[in-house]
Amino acid sequence: MIPAAFEYHAPKTLEEALRLVQRHGDEAKVLAGGHSLLPLMKLRLAAPRYVIDIGHLRGMSYIREDSGQIAIGALTTHAEIEDSALLASTCPLLPETAAQIGDVQVRNRGTIGGSLAHADPGADYPAAILALDAEMIAANTSGTRTIPARDFFVDMLTTQLQPGEILTQIRIAPRRPESGTAYEKLHQPASGFAIVGVAANVLLGKGGKSIERAAIGITGLAAKAFRAEAVERALTGKTISDKLIEEASRNAAQGVEPLSDLHASGEYRREMARVFTRRAISRAIEAAQGGASRGGA
Amino acid sequence: MTTRYIGKPLKRKEDPRLIQGIGHYVDDLNLAGMHYAAFLRSPYAHAKIRSVDLSKARRAPGVVLALSGADIDGAIQPVPCAAQIPDMKPAPRPVLARDRVLFVGELVAAVVASDRYAARDALDLIEVDYEALTPIVNPEKAIAKGAVPLHAGQKDNIAFKWELEGGDLKAAFKAADKVIKQRIVNQRLIPVPIETRGVLADYKAGEGQLTVWSSTQIPHLLRTQIASMLNFPETLVHVVTPEVGGGFGTKLNVYPEEALVAYLAIQLGKPVKWSESRRENFQATIHGRDQIDDIEVAVKRDGTVLGLRCRVIADLGAYYQLLTPLIPTLTGLMMTGCYRIPAARMEITGVFTNKMATDAYRGAGRPEATYLIERVMDLVAAELKKDPIEVRRKNFPQPKDFPFATPTGLIYDSGDYQKALDLALKVADYKKLRQEQAKLRKQGRHMGIGVSTYVEICGMGPSSAMPAGGWESATVRVEPTGRVSVMTGSSPHGQGQETTFAQMGADILGIDPSQVQVVHGDTSIVPYGIGTFGSRATAVGGTAVYKSLQKVKEKMSRIAAHIVGSDPERMVFADGRISAKESAKKSVPFGQAVSAAYVAKTLPAEMEPGLEATTFFEPTNFTYPFGTHICVVELDAETGDVKLVRYVAVDDCGNVINPLLVEGQVQGGIVQSVGQALLEEAVYDEQGQLITGELMDYALPRASDMCWIETERTVTPTPVNPMGVKGVGEAGTIGATPALAGAVADALAPFGIHHVDMPFKREKIWHLMHTNGRRVQ
Repeated sequence: MIPAAFEYHAPKTLEEALRLVQRHGDEAKVLAGGHSLLPLMKLRLAAPRYVIDIGHLRGMSYIREDSGQIAIGALTTHAEIEDSALLASTCPLLPETAAQIGDVQVRNRGTIGGSLAHADPGADYPAAILALDAEMIAANTSGTRTIPARDFFVDMLTTQLQPGEILTQIRIAPRRPESGTAYEKLHQPASGFAIVGVAANVLLGKGGKSIERAAIGITGLAAKAFRAEAVERALTGKTISDKLIEEASRNAAQGVEPLSDLHASGEYRREMARVFTRRAISRAIEAAQGGASRGGA
Repeated sequence: MTTRYIGKPLKRKEDPRLIQGIGHYVDDLNLAGMHYAAFLRSPYAHAKIRSVDLSKARRAPGVVLALSGADIDGAIQPVPCAAQIPDMKPAPRPVLARDRVLFVGELVAAVVASDRYAARDALDLIEVDYEALTPIVNPEKAIAKGAVPLHAGQKDNIAFKWELEGGDLKAAFKAADKVIKQRIVNQRLIPVPIETRGVLADYKAGEGQLTVWSSTQIPHLLRTQIASMLNFPETLVHVVTPEVGGGFGTKLNVYPEEALVAYLAIQLGKPVKWSESRRENFQATIHGRDQIDDIEVAVKRDGTVLGLRCRVIADLGAYYQLLTPLIPTLTGLMMTGCYRIPAARMEITGVFTNKMATDAYRGAGRPEATYLIERVMDLVAAELKKDPIEVRRKNFPQPKDFPFATPTGLIYDSGDYQKALDLALKVADYKKLRQEQAKLRKQGRHMGIGVSTYVEICGMGPSSAMPAGGWESATVRVEPTGRVSVMTGSSPHGQGQETTFAQMGADILGIDPSQVQVVHGDTSIVPYGIGTFGSRATAVGGTAVYKSLQKVKEKMSRIAAHIVGSDPERMVFADGRISAKESAKKSVPFGQAVSAAYVAKTLPAEMEPGLEATTFFEPTNFTYPFGTHICVVELDAETGDVKLVRYVAVDDCGNVINPLLVEGQVQGGIVQSVGQALLEEAVYDEQGQLITGELMDYALPRASDMCWIETERTVTPTPVNPMGVKGVGEAGTIGATPALAGAVADALAPFGIHHVDMPFKREKIWHLMHTNGRRVQ
């Protein structure tokens, strides 16, 4: 890789890192696992003047229970999320999603914070983060703020993060026993990114025969990941049946302008959104009815 | 000769260093004072160059030299093309473009700097004034009326027309019950060896010695071409091929960068290195395939194929590389496949377009031929409502018919096509597969079974049929310590001849394979050779090794017989000793006979000292490996996804030296075919931009795309060489694509579809299974 010249900083503390991004603003790029930034720098599509490598910060890679929530450090790798016993029992959707990212090498280096902050339209985590109603904790030199997942993704490669801010933590409510989750993905065969990725999180009513609440996050389909509210509405309060799931899934791409590229036309993406939404909902319901989420397909 | 090692699955001698990452590729080599080259490439597919301004680049920190086409005018000859077709038009590619560029990635300027970063940064400072011209990307548009000729002084974009006809075609079509027509497209592919190209050149002005390290398959031919291109004495050019991380034919070529890096090193008197980036490799290393085949086939109602007519449009790209025009002609030679088809005709139109040149990619013209004829057999079966196996069997020549003459003028050496087919059917349990398919169809599932019975042309030689020598060299030298050096003109780059030639040496001389060192890829050590391509290294190069080993053995027999007092004819080589058959006492250690040859005090009268033999072997014919592949797929109607369910490969490459390496070649080739069938396609947009320009967008097959490959072999030795070996390097890519295509077409048969062009991408298959979003069935 032969990128354009840049000034490299490897701060040891978050405070130092925040001061650097504050000082350099738009001219700085934050480097975590390197799997989004480096490919762009390799092709000189990105040529930041300053690269702030936060990979050396201590204490930003963790998965722990914290005040009734699960807190995940932004520098936690996909592989660590995939293998986490705590997440397997409290939030199986995230390990299931992480396991479908890229390949082993990517999962060993790439971080959840890096992926979310980069906001690639085909990234996998955004679907799960949306379906889980996660909270993003962003820090700058004057303090921290909480950004709900639904507000976090703004557009292609754009999030609510402001210049000078670093995403430090992701917070998730642990699953309830009567809930179930699933991530279903059609991968782009070259890059492994999602052509369509659907994360479903359903909460069943008493007896497990109806859907009390559904949260559906979809990635890959459009410029940014989104909550498929029309699907959610069609499911909420209804008695579970194949027909219900099928019909609700037809709304997956409602109101969305699908992406179209070499690998999938807009028409095909729209259709696949329906198929994979149905598959994700069905499996999430199965998981909820089984009392525990099962692994990926 | 006892075969203690030949035929055994020895692990590769090459692997420990490669697995540990301690082998040396071009980019691992570093010389004192080394500088780095970077190349500016055209961002336009078609443009005039008004001017190139290097002044800023020349002033950039670290830059020692910057050159445009004008700066080297006349100093370097154009890129060579060894293939000659009657009346082909010239299309000389300057090593640096002068006044126009004809494809994205064409070289426009060169920069040398003290480090890679400085060289790359300086490219951004070069100012080129281009006048963009309309590119021609589609080969049919390129030859349509009114298309602007890409090459100056030419009236159209037809590079050549080539025709081949044999048998009575008129009679065949007259006697036909049916004529089936089909257009079959063989898409453009990017070969993607793991190691991209790389060149390091060093010039010692005092000695006048130029050394070039290049990641190539043809070190000697490259040496000759560099000498010619630079008008430099060939005797002073030394080409070294270190580890080569795969070639697939892309490195069976001479590229402008090879001559340019050498030229830059001579100009500077400093070592200069260039390592190709993946993007450069995609844009400016040869591509493969890219044919449009319009076929017409004349058949009898009983499935007998009477005649085949084929019009081919071969997209050559903008310029010729070393063998560009030759590749489609191989399709012509092999178009009747493993069948007795009495009449055949092919007309090839070679076409210039604003793209990278096509050339030899694993199989080189033969995968296209096999694909074409095997698709034909499936179409015949579909049209006549017969089982594809039955149609194939009906048209096979019988074992007694060999040597078998084709209407295209080839003589197939040996074959037993029924035997391979029968074994494949048995392994796959074909009858049961068809029953299962019928059952699944009733359940609304889409299983398809594909079969390919192939024959390929291998062991590239004799010279009369080759552009540049159809022979190979080998020197065997037993060193004074008793170690054996095998210098081969073949240039293995993954094939494993360091192991297989050592197995041969060990068996012939009765020693351990660890005593045999295979040396290749160094023009100062190895006698002039041709190189590794066309599945020839074992069949042709190996035979040269075999003959040299026999010569050395014969001399050692005489020495040993002289020492123990016996007859040279009665000497047996085994377990590191040379012994007379008649008495265990009449025996000398191998090393003693070697010493005798060098100390030269006890040699038979008039025997020369030393222990070395060289052979230049040229075969009398090609070899023709064959086999049957059977593939089972299931389509996901919701997504169009093609899932491989089973793959059975029965290959016959004659006798086998190392079955482990044959297995590796077969499996690797099949995986590469899965790439072509399901995933791969080099896509240029209308502006001639390569939009599959990175591995982010060009999909290669991965382990998770594969099913288990069940492999078996039949053994039909060739009479063409003494070891009876045929070659297996390309069998997988030749045999497998039609089986995959057949399986997908078979799965789509209930939709009334009998042919789909590759690649079978999900969306394409999904579209075929749906109309307006609704399932057809």
